[in-house]
Amino acid sequence: MKADADTASTTAGVGEFLRLPPFGRKFGAWAEYIVIPALALLASLVLFGIFVALFGKNPLDLYFFMYQGAFGTWFSWQNTLTRAAPLILTALCTALPAQLGMVIIGGEGALLIGALCATSAALALPAAPPLVVDVAMAFAGMIGGGLWIMLSGALRQYRGVNETISSLLLVYIALAVLNFLVEGPMRDPTSLNKPSTPEIGAANMIGSIPGTDVHWGLAFGIIAAVLSYILIYHTVFGFAARVAGGNIRAAKVVGLSVGKLILIICFLAGAAAGLAGMMEVAAVQGRTNANLAAGYGFAGILVAFLARQNPLAVIPVAVLLGGIGASGGLLQRRLGLPDASVLVLEGTIFVMVLASDSLYGRLGIFKGKS
Amino acid sequence: MTFDKISRRRVLQGTAALTLGTALPLRGAMAAETTIGFIYVGSRDDYGYNQAHAAGAAALKKMPGIKVVEEEKVPETDAVEKTMESMINLDGATLLFPTSFGYYNPHMIKMALKFPKLRFEHCGGLWSDKDPKNAGSYFGYIDEAQHVAGIVAGYSTKSGKLGFVAAKPIPQVLRNINAFTLGAKLANPKVTTQVIFTGDWSMPVKEAEATNGLIDQGVDVLTCHVDGPKTVVENAARRGAMVCGYHVNQSVLAPQAYLTGAEWNWEVLYPRFAKMFTSGETIPNFYRGGLKEEIVKVSPYGPMVSEEAKKKADEVKAALTAGNYVIFKGPLVDNKGNTVVASGVSRGQTDPELEKMSYLLDGVIGATS
Amino acid sequence: MAAPSDIGLWTVPLAVFGGAVRVSTPFLFVSLGECITERSGRINLGLEGTLVMGAMAGYGVSYLTGSPWLGVLAAGITGAGMGALHAAICGLPRVNDIAVGIALMLFGIGLAFYLGKPLIEPTAPRLPSIDFGWWSDIPQVRAALRINVLFLFGVALAPILVWALRTTRWGLIIRTAGESADAALAMGYSVNWIRLRATMFGGFLAGIGGSFLSLFYPGSWNEGLSSGQGITAVALVIFARWNPMLCMWASLLFGGAAALGPALQSIGFSYGYHLFNAAPYILTLLIMIATCSPKRTLIGAPAELSITR
Repeated sequence: MKADADTASTTAGVGEFLRLPPFGRKFGAWAEYIVIPALALLASLVLFGIFVALFGKNPLDLYFFMYQGAFGTWFSWQNTLTRAAPLILTALCTALPAQLGMVIIGGEGALLIGALCATSAALALPAAPPLVVDVAMAFAGMIGGGLWIMLSGALRQYRGVNETISSLLLVYIALAVLNFLVEGPMRDPTSLNKPSTPEIGAANMIGSIPGTDVHWGLAFGIIAAVLSYILIYHTVFGFAARVAGGNIRAAKVVGLSVGKLILIICFLAGAAAGLAGMMEVAAVQGRTNANLAAGYGFAGILVAFLARQNPLAVIPVAVLLGGIGASGGLLQRRLGLPDASVLVLEGTIFVMVLASDSLYGRLGIFKGKS
Repeated sequence: MTFDKISRRRVLQGTAALTLGTALPLRGAMAAETTIGFIYVGSRDDYGYNQAHAAGAAALKKMPGIKVVEEEKVPETDAVEKTMESMINLDGATLLFPTSFGYYNPHMIKMALKFPKLRFEHCGGLWSDKDPKNAGSYFGYIDEAQHVAGIVAGYSTKSGKLGFVAAKPIPQVLRNINAFTLGAKLANPKVTTQVIFTGDWSMPVKEAEATNGLIDQGVDVLTCHVDGPKTVVENAARRGAMVCGYHVNQSVLAPQAYLTGAEWNWEVLYPRFAKMFTSGETIPNFYRGGLKEEIVKVSPYGPMVSEEAKKKADEVKAALTAGNYVIFKGPLVDNKGNTVVASGVSRGQTDPELEKMSYLLDGVIGATS
Repeated sequence: MAAPSDIGLWTVPLAVFGGAVRVSTPFLFVSLGECITERSGRINLGLEGTLVMGAMAGYGVSYLTGSPWLGVLAAGITGAGMGALHAAICGLPRVNDIAVGIALMLFGIGLAFYLGKPLIEPTAPRLPSIDFGWWSDIPQVRAALRINVLFLFGVALAPILVWALRTTRWGLIIRTAGESADAALAMGYSVNWIRLRATMFGGFLAGIGGSFLSLFYPGSWNEGLSSGQGITAVALVIFARWNPMLCMWASLLFGGAAALGPALQSIGFSYGYHLFNAAPYILTLLIMIATCSPKRTLIGAPAELSITR
């Protein structure tokens, strides 16, 4: 504890020396909330630069190409936003149950089940107008994904099965179900060399946001994130969820129906990922096949943790991660770095952000004069 | 003081990189170099499918006036569209080879429609008249090479049981299995081929299990159709079985056990395409061939191949290369007893019926569903 | 090679047995290691990354030095290093160990793929196996009984760990740290220090488990080597109730389930093979459902483990 006091007073001293007004007084806890992760991000970039330098590459080149690939041109921005679109929704699949203190990492599975349900809905309505089909697909996707994660939540509530592990096992099971259906009962007989379901039809495809190459999934993701934020922080339901997440016993004492909270939140979480799956089918692939298992669910877990499980923060973090992914191609082609370098960077960022957790409340700059 | 100097130098370096970067496309145009882009779905050195394409790309790098940019591990999602666009916008690529099967529809088609002046070539035989004219498909009848490998396998097997580790029961794979079996039957009409489907293109543990399971069943010659045959080749050799390779030459991994293999010959085809492209000649939208057109090849024979096997294999290879040999010649019966190719009917390599193959021939143990 | 006898349907149980031994070894090591880590009160989900790093390191060192055993040692040391990293970060205040585990999983996998790129093509010397089936004339039996030394080591380790946890001083210290951090402090031990050692030990074993994958079965390094084996091993620990012996049996069960798919296909039964490939995961889920209960949640769980609080 003495170490904490020392750190606080030292950094407070630095703040005074630089004649900075104590942030604590001006911006409250928000500053800490943004600056500490930003510092962690910066530290990771520096570490990654050093790592890359060990292999003979120039870190400055690295930073330049990362910037150019992610945010340098209008094309790069679109690349980044396209990658970010599904990540916002799959991140919500982890961020929402986290409010209840549950760690759910089954977004990938919910995405696949959502995609399957959405495709089934589209194939079941061959003669309906496109708007009806798309709405039906969205609902089917959300319900399918929602039920999948709700299963994990129910197992936790009624059988005491750890939700992290059950949600992950459900991912592998969802993959097997996807492969089985796509190669068997739901297979399009003409999709010979790449087993797929029949196409949903060009008329039913969802297009891009006008003026860009990015599909509407980005917009839906942002809307979902904002709605989730409002739900969690500005409604009674959200408040109840956060109380239960903080201390389950207290929640039960107060009379909150924890089981209901768990089931509803898990359903919403799965619905978000299921919607992502539906968008992949409706806006990108046009049908369901093994390509849908592209790791969006797992990347979403990373986004949720980096955003400290805050639904609004998910949006910029998803864009950041989309940018990192977008720059990966340039890193491969210009610097000769293997594709895995993006994974190393993401892992480093994750580790640094988590380690920086311990800095909250310890930096004097944010404390103000006591 | 020293610190200041270093940081200034770094800033200059950075600025230089910046100007160089923005000047890149311009430089490309001025040098009149053709930039060709390659996109792989897996890793370039997988000793299999992707490595075969990378070998072709390497052959292109040696050609003067040609610059090659490559990107690997690009998934079959909209990410590949962005990769292609990035290569076009930032690297000035004018000819692109997205090499994985699933890149074609909808991704490559979308890009072909968006950039009508550039050329997109896809490995897989999917192009049809409805698709853009600046897109093309090329395809190699590697089942010809598998047929020759099958002959060698048929002569080499002592138990009469051959094994095939396959990924998924799609027509291209079934065609390979059937061609292999037909070749083996030329050597030994009673031979059987047992198939195990692992479920996906790259599953090392399942492939190893399948290899061991087949050898437990008495199989002594194996081959495979998976993205990375390394696992099958090494595990088969370790159990003392013989193996025929696929995609590239894996004899280095099992010098004694390697009999021969069915390989792609992209190192010959890609320079051919590049020459056509740079000289302004249009590459045909649908380009296919086998041993005759040098798109596929058979690996050199390993130490365990008998003279008899070599003789027969060379004979058939010559006939295929000359273009007067039909593998799928009726009457052919599948392993459920149905006649799939009637007597007197000859299905040549370009026969579209073969593209829809959904059966396993008599002599193959296994089911497609 | 002697011509295999036609043993008909017996192939399936033999193949399942052989597969169980082969495929279960990585699960065995990872779950035993994680068992100790969790007994000390920390959950390490990053073992998937540790497993892959161990596989890469083992293969690389074996290739460079020509000795597969040095490779195994290197893999263990790498694993211990990853475990130390996990413990170090979790030791900081207010850090969630589940999140750190996922982060290290990502980091470990990325780093392993990055460093392992040059290792995909070369062939490294492999671990030997002992032929326990010398008494049989049937080649299938001999093949199933060709067992790797690491498996034997793992099987021997399980009862040793049970004994160690129960009777030795270190076992008591670990268990105390897992049941009550305050009690451990009262005994005069730093809880973080205990958990550091336990996590390093867990990482060491996980690294060895990884080296088995790359140095014996399937026996080569590539990027598809592990398909969630590290994470499912953590699940195994939970439904083995943190008992090392049960961890061993659970690993064998799992390995057998994973070998079922190809074994059935080899006798001609191939409908729905995708679902068979998912058998291990379905099995794990079903067993967890059957053995857990909300009332006595995670009975036998170390009280300090974050997932039980």
